[in-house]
Amino acid sequence: MSIENNILVKLDNAGYKQNNKWLVEGVSFTVEKGKIVTLIGPNGSGKSTTAKIALGFYKGIEGQVEKFTNKIGYVPQKISIDWTLPLRVNDFMLLTDKLSDDVVDEALKSTGVYHLKNKNLGNLSGGEFQRVLLARAISKKPELLVLDEPVQGVDFTGEIEMYELIKKISANLNCGILLISHDLHTVMSATDYVVCLNGHVCCCGSPTEVAFNKEYKALFGEQASKTLTIYEHKHDHVHTTDGEIKKN
Amino acid sequence: MLDDFFIRALIAGIGIALVTGPLGCFVVWRRLSYFGDTLAHSALLGVTIAYSMEFNIAVSIFLISSLIALILIHLQRKTNLPSDALLGLLAHSSLAVGLVVIGFLTFIRFDIMGLLFGDILAVDKNDLIIIWFGGGLILLVLKFIWKPLFASTVNYELAEAEGLNPDRAKAIFTILLAAIIAISIKLVGVLLITGMLIIPTAMARNISDTPQKMVVFSIIGGLLSVFIGLFSSLEFNTPSGPSIITAALLLFIISLLKIKQTIQLKN
Repeated sequence: MSIENNILVKLDNAGYKQNNKWLVEGVSFTVEKGKIVTLIGPNGSGKSTTAKIALGFYKGIEGQVEKFTNKIGYVPQKISIDWTLPLRVNDFMLLTDKLSDDVVDEALKSTGVYHLKNKNLGNLSGGEFQRVLLARAISKKPELLVLDEPVQGVDFTGEIEMYELIKKISANLNCGILLISHDLHTVMSATDYVVCLNGHVCCCGSPTEVAFNKEYKALFGEQASKTLTIYEHKHDHVHTTDGEIKKN
Repeated sequence: MLDDFFIRALIAGIGIALVTGPLGCFVVWRRLSYFGDTLAHSALLGVTIAYSMEFNIAVSIFLISSLIALILIHLQRKTNLPSDALLGLLAHSSLAVGLVVIGFLTFIRFDIMGLLFGDILAVDKNDLIIIWFGGGLILLVLKFIWKPLFASTVNYELAEAEGLNPDRAKAIFTILLAAIIAISIKLVGVLLITGMLIIPTAMARNISDTPQKMVVFSIIGGLLSVFIGLFSSLEFNTPSGPSIITAALLLFIISLLKIKQTIQLKN
């Protein structure tokens, strides 16, 4: 099998503009089978937008996006289920596809939430709900999994477990994963390729490459690989509040 | 005792309740109560146009309501006004324009009360055909778009990511809403159609733990409301629409007792 056949989605200088304002621009990366690509960056840096570009949500994007698979599992960033809609975990699993009971059970077991199968979605905790979302995404045996901040509402130990789980899923299903995260320490351990965004690509590469990168250290600070740091961007450019980029 | 007109009203009511049940669930789930109201208010304009141009009432209402829905979508894109303000603007202005046009049509005698609140005597055989044929069609289309509509009601982005077409489902659903308003106006009236969509569904929510149950209970609630409402309309000579809605309200109040029980059980 050639390398080409392993590519699931390829972004080439992609960007998206809304109301004449760039949400994100000039993004290039590929997600391959069995690999985890992580997008990091501060709030409003265009991480979710980039994921949605990769998913093909937007019409009229700039640049090129090529998708080589239609088997995509997606866990969106913020999902709230309304009390107006009585929905059990099992109904939620079967929302868009007719899956057999075995498949549903297996997916729920693999993320450790099988015991919640008949519970109402509204009664789940944040962490339980994230695991259900993940189970739902993997139940379809996707080739590409897009996870937008999958550890939201999960406490610290739960977070580590969650990333372990994601690594396991990637290995078991041999699927490509596009992961969005704002915490840096996890990025280093569970990722094949890192893209740091702030309206555009600030830096990218393998975790080790990035870790020894001068720009990366400037970006995240010397202690970045050990602790979760609040970082500042000290680049050759600054971002103004209205999203413009000024060269120093 | 059972006059012909009453049988007709009953058959019409059953047909309407079978359709408002499932549609009403989506109105509640998608928070479209006020949207339904706006479409219903615009129906009056449809009626006046039908009368002045000697056009079929149901078709006229359907076209005007769909037009109002299109205008709303356009305004939502083009202006910075919040949706509820736009809905209010369209609801009240189309109601007002409808009433003004009625004022001009002095050559026709209107039963405005009948239009606003429904008239048990107004249902003729043609209406029955429109209600049952149109209603059947609405349910058929709803079955067809159920999956994308329901999935996008739970979460728009999930549905889109998984290859469904939520926007198309939403557009078709809007047309279905316009259609149910068009076919049920004679029995329930302009001002109370949304009540028929929402109140049995609200009752159903109180006693359901799955979406399927909610749809079924919503239909049952609608049917009961129609039966109780129409019999009391006949008995007490009250307008049919308010009688049906009052019956629905009573069922809703009864369903609150069930909630109270569940809460007590939990504690």
